[in-house]
Amino acid sequence: MAGTQYRGSEITDVDQFINDADGLASEREREIGQHIGYRYDVNLVPDYDRITPYLTKYMEVMGWDDLNWLEDIHMGYEEGIPAVFDRNNNGWVRIPDSISLPDNQQDRDMIARELLLKYQMSDRHPLATLRKAYMKF
Amino acid sequence: MASVTDAELKAMTQEERVTALGMRTEQLTGKSLYVEFDPDAEERFTYPWAPQVDFNKRTEIDTDEMTTTEVNSKIRALMEEGYGTIVLKNPRGKHSVGVGILSRLNLIIEGSVGYFGVGLIDGPNVRVNGRVGWSCGENMMSGTVVVEKNAGSTFGAAIRGGDLVCKGSVGSRTGIDQKGGTILVGGDTGALTGFMMQRGRMVFCGNAGKNLGDSMYDGTIFVGGEIQSLGVDAVEAELTDLDKAWLTRKLTQYGLMPEQGVDHFTKIVAGRQLWNYDNLEPHEKKIVL
Repeated sequence: MAGTQYRGSEITDVDQFINDADGLASEREREIGQHIGYRYDVNLVPDYDRITPYLTKYMEVMGWDDLNWLEDIHMGYEEGIPAVFDRNNNGWVRIPDSISLPDNQQDRDMIARELLLKYQMSDRHPLATLRKAYMKF
Repeated sequence: MASVTDAELKAMTQEERVTALGMRTEQLTGKSLYVEFDPDAEERFTYPWAPQVDFNKRTEIDTDEMTTTEVNSKIRALMEEGYGTIVLKNPRGKHSVGVGILSRLNLIIEGSVGYFGVGLIDGPNVRVNGRVGWSCGENMMSGTVVVEKNAGSTFGAAIRGGDLVCKGSVGSRTGIDQKGGTILVGGDTGALTGFMMQRGRMVFCGNAGKNLGDSMYDGTIFVGGEIQSLGVDAVEAELTDLDKAWLTRKLTQYGLMPEQGVDHFTKIVAGRQLWNYDNLEPHEKKIVL
């Protein structure tokens, strides 16, 4: 019966969606031609032993004892390319080739947090222009 | 676009601003949607438009005779003056106090607030010495909110990021439609907690009511006490060492660490039986093609 059973596949390797952009592992995924679910573990909590100096400084400036909203930021994989989802832009932002990826998801997530933060705080972010045009008060 | 100054933009109507900023001449066809990070981006910690506030610069507002709009406008005006710590006195259960604060700030509310308190915030650290009504911290984006006493229903509705803490107990439908962030509760939570949760984390040191995590799509719920019943597709999962380290850190941070530690917590996740999207799509595609 349709709609009663999840038939997605588990994430088994950190490079899984770089090596195989489609990620059609299960029978169900091959049938519908689409990977089911996220391309990273959204429930993975950060390992604070791997935090970077820039993120530590950010926590200090904001008066926070931990990564706060950045705990939900992970490096994802869009069309076989590492990328980060930017909620303020409602879209994926890609990681440039010049940045080499560590061999584990925790360190990749820390890089993703740094890059997203710098992008959101820059004048280059679309929100800066939108704000100038549409800010009501 | 670079030739238009902020002063010139301010003097324009919205329509004129949109045109001046080149938003009408943007190429719509053949445009790449791909955006790439700049690896050499400047290290900044606040939004370009955020007021420069100093946490050591403190002031108080006696809200007794003020309307909610007046209170919220006053907070903004004080932030523009550089105040980084603002104390609200005599809130008297006002609704929608402290909403829409989009930068760093220490906000201390001495008393209780009503519905939709400190919603839509992005960055501030808020402490409420009293109780809060329904939907405290709804749509919160980042920051911390600590409520010293109890909270009403739909605590942290649709929260997207940040830490929302209640040291007492909360009502029903806590974290309904949660899309990120962490909700921490020192006491109990009511029925239908985590209903349609999509991601993020909830921690309850006390008990949970009926239908916990009903129709949750993703995310994690940790419960230290008894669970009256689980909702549709909410299932128990193994508590990992990483989970325990995270729980210990988070609970200690807000003074909620139970005497017996965190080993007794039950971890609840989505059973993924409701991930039904696209189930009918192959058939629809065939019909269309």
